Amino acid sequence: MKIANAQVWVHDQDEALEFYTKKLGMEVRADVTLPEMGDFRWLTVGPAGQPDVSIVLMAIPGPPMIDETTGREIRDLMAKGFAGTVFLTTDDCRKSYEELLQRGVEFVEPPEDRPYGIDAGFRDPSGNSFRLTQVKDFA
Amino acid sequence: MSRTHPTRHLLRAKDLADARYADPLSVADLARAARLSPAHFSREFRVAFGESPHRYLLTRRLERAAALLRTTDWSVARICTAVGLTSIGSFTTSFGRMFGVPPLAYRGLHPDPAAHAVVPACVVRFYGRPQHRTFREDTSAGDP
Repeated sequence: MKIANAQVWVHDQDEALEFYTKKLGMEVRADVTLPEMGDFRWLTVGPAGQPDVSIVLMAIPGPPMIDETTGREIRDLMAKGFAGTVFLTTDDCRKSYEELLQRGVEFVEPPEDRPYGIDAGFRDPSGNSFRLTQVKDFA
Repeated sequence: MSRTHPTRHLLRAKDLADARYADPLSVADLARAARLSPAHFSREFRVAFGESPHRYLLTRRLERAAALLRTTDWSVARICTAVGLTSIGSFTTSFGRMFGVPPLAYRGLHPDPAAHAVVPACVVRFYGRPQHRTFREDTSAGDP
């Protein structure tokens, strides 16, 4: 068993695509719009060098898939920053931080030394939380 | 749909409190981060997150102070400054109200948990926030 895709809700798929590719530097894995399913758009991205794992950038559908109230609740949770976290690893947290900062990524925490490595945090435009960790080698 | 959710701006202010609690941050600074007037900001923040920005910032600071008491041998004065508070007297009072014991007694009760398990720092800060107890600052309706 392996992890293939994991989904995050996004406020706006175009805005998310721009952020995940141009700012985070991820690759587009799939961008398929299905007219027969009400223009449902399957949009996935992933980091270069890790082709078997993708993040699904999922728009919040309206009724009948998700009722208005639930949709609003998801949007609210996302904007409040409580819709979930993606944990990324990097070989060099401070270098990745500088690169992402240059590209305009909004960091909530600069790299800090932790018992488990060096750790920074940022958010995507929707409010989803990301950690960027250089994991300490305990070997 | 592409318009940014208004709460997203409040989250920016909350993130600022989390990241820069050690600086002399005020509610006005947080309001600026959310691009709202202080009064409007406090109201909206409370609606979104269930407590005033003032209280959020204070519990964030006290959580950090508690962590420093548990994990360092720093003096109470140094810890007070390190978490962005200026008055040792009011720090000691707030801490006692929140945790039920004064800072040094709290230190004595809590051996370093990091010795038992490695938990990510963001998780420690999230779950370590003390449950707010009612005190004076609640009673003023216009809690800044």
